[in-house]
Amino acid sequence: MILIDCPYCGPRNSTEFRHAGEAGRKREVTTNDPAVWRRYLYQQDNPLGWVRENWFHTTGCRQFLCAERNTQTNEIRWVAPAGSPGPDGASNNGGAR
Amino acid sequence: MSHAESVPSNKVTAGTQARRRRSRGPARYSALDIFRRGVTNSDWPRSFRQHDLAKSYDVVIIGAGVHGLACAYYLAAHHGITNVAVLDKSYMGGGGSGRNTAIIRSNYLTPEGVRFYDRSVVLYQNLAADLNYNVMFSQRGHLTLAHTDASLRTMNWRAEVNKLQGINSSVIDAAEVGRIVKYLDVSDRPRYPILGALYHPPGGIIRHDAVNWGYARAADHLGVQIHQQTEVLGIETAGGKVTGVRTNRGAISASIVVNCTAGWATTISDMVGVKMPLITHPLQAAVTEPVKVFLPSVIVSGSLHVYVSQTDRGELVFGASVDPYPSYSMRGSLEFTESVASHILELIPSIGSLKVLRQWAGLCDMTPDYSPIMGVTPVAGFLVDVGWGTYGFKAGPVSGEAMAALVATGRVPEIISAFDLARFADGRLVGEKGAASVGH
Ligand SMILES: Cc1cc2nc3c(=O)[nH]c(=O)nc-3n(C[C@H](O)[C@H](O)[C@H](O)COP(=O)(O)OP(=O)(O)OC[C@H]3O[C@@H](n4cnc5c(N)ncnc54)[C@H](O)[C@@H]3O)c2cc1C
Ligand SMILES: [Zn+2]
Repeated sequence: MILIDCPYCGPRNSTEFRHAGEAGRKREVTTNDPAVWRRYLYQQDNPLGWVRENWFHTTGCRQFLCAERNTQTNEIRWVAPAGSPGPDGASNNGGAR
Repeated sequence: MSHAESVPSNKVTAGTQARRRRSRGPARYSALDIFRRGVTNSDWPRSFRQHDLAKSYDVVIIGAGVHGLACAYYLAAHHGITNVAVLDKSYMGGGGSGRNTAIIRSNYLTPEGVRFYDRSVVLYQNLAADLNYNVMFSQRGHLTLAHTDASLRTMNWRAEVNKLQGINSSVIDAAEVGRIVKYLDVSDRPRYPILGALYHPPGGIIRHDAVNWGYARAADHLGVQIHQQTEVLGIETAGGKVTGVRTNRGAISASIVVNCTAGWATTISDMVGVKMPLITHPLQAAVTEPVKVFLPSVIVSGSLHVYVSQTDRGELVFGASVDPYPSYSMRGSLEFTESVASHILELIPSIGSLKVLRQWAGLCDMTPDYSPIMGVTPVAGFLVDVGWGTYGFKAGPVSGEAMAALVATGRVPEIISAFDLARFADGRLVGEKGAASVGH
């Protein structure tokens, strides 16, 4: 079980959430190059270790969140509303929607 | 293809060496041998040896699961290439190959998939004799239940594709399902009544550990070296070509490196900058206490997210779809057990008092189209045999055979040509989700 500390609802079991992919993936809306779109559709980093990712609180506030989770231990060290600046100041933490 | 040039051309010498080793090899397993060792109380020889790491190999295979071991075995057995090292950071067969639920079948959805997996069924049928190792392949039949019109339509589609490829596969109605599996609730009482099923008589289960050990032992006899506790930390390249690997036990030079690390595949491919469309998800399974054998075939229900088979020992083996988020953690969860238990009781209410003995998880490298990725990459000499998701155990023999042929000849065998890495950039997906997301 992973406990996700939703900034709106408090700590909840991850079963209440839908994983929404790695954070910061952006549709390149200014191009119609299939290769670019396929990379966007199929390619993620899949790191072993820390990853910044989005979750959607399906059975709670129904908001998108951004979290930093260790994929080896499932430890979560940071959660914030999607799009908030990260602990490192990086701003690209919105979801791929 | 440039990587092929570096494969040793002295095939004859290598082959002769292999034969010499084989004739010197350990005792064949046989009933007579069991008897002899029983009365003389003598030890069995080790089934594979330990070695110092050499400075160089013709081929380095990363990952000693069924894929790495099968590739090594066929390199030696079919192509006489024996200067091969199989490296594993952990123990042999400790990845998905030792954690799967051992379902083997070929009733997939695409012609490419069906042909590919069926070659593996054929190889599995002869594997015990080929490896001189009892792999306990039991072709007891495989039923994929349909609870909705939509899934019945997919079953019909699969059955037609299967038949065109010469596979024994057909859609049967609920009454016939009830005749094959007596304890299944085929009434219209459950919330999702069984409408019918895709029936695949050649499907079944195998003893997965025996497959791994059998390949390891046979490859070892032919001169392949298996190195456990040997973690690849980096891959060296020069001018776009692989030159070797760095491990926790020292550096090795090799011009061909094959990535057979399944759930860890992107960590290896990232070392040479080859991006792969893989996401690692845990997949869990559980097993009950043993009871008298009553379940004749493998049963899968996509709608209920559960499947079950009974081992020859009598344990019920349960599985489901992957955990719903990426992770490299192999811890089980209560949610899984609860979900599997509640769903299986809708199918077979009479097992309500059985106790679950243990549960576990393994890592699955999921691709966008639920088909594997095999073949060459933009880095010469860096080959991949990954993307095995939740369904790769059954493919061990065929992909081992095909990858060995690719290494030996430099040409991609036709049977795996649809599964290349370039298909994602080119938009040539081989969509198997309808046949592989719950029933592995
Ligand atoms: C619960 C479960 C049920 C399944 N059920 C089925 C089923 O019924 N039928 C089916 O066909 N498939 C099934 N599968 C899928 C199947 O188990 C896998 O697809 C298959 O075993 C993959 O084999 P492999 O040899 O490619 O990789 P693995 O067996 O996973 O081996 C990869 C190896 O790579 C090693 N490794 C990783 N990183 C490094 C490194 N840096 N250096 C050295 N070594 C490294 C690991 O230690 C590991 O031993 C199931 C999987 C699971 C988890
Ligand atoms: Zn919330």
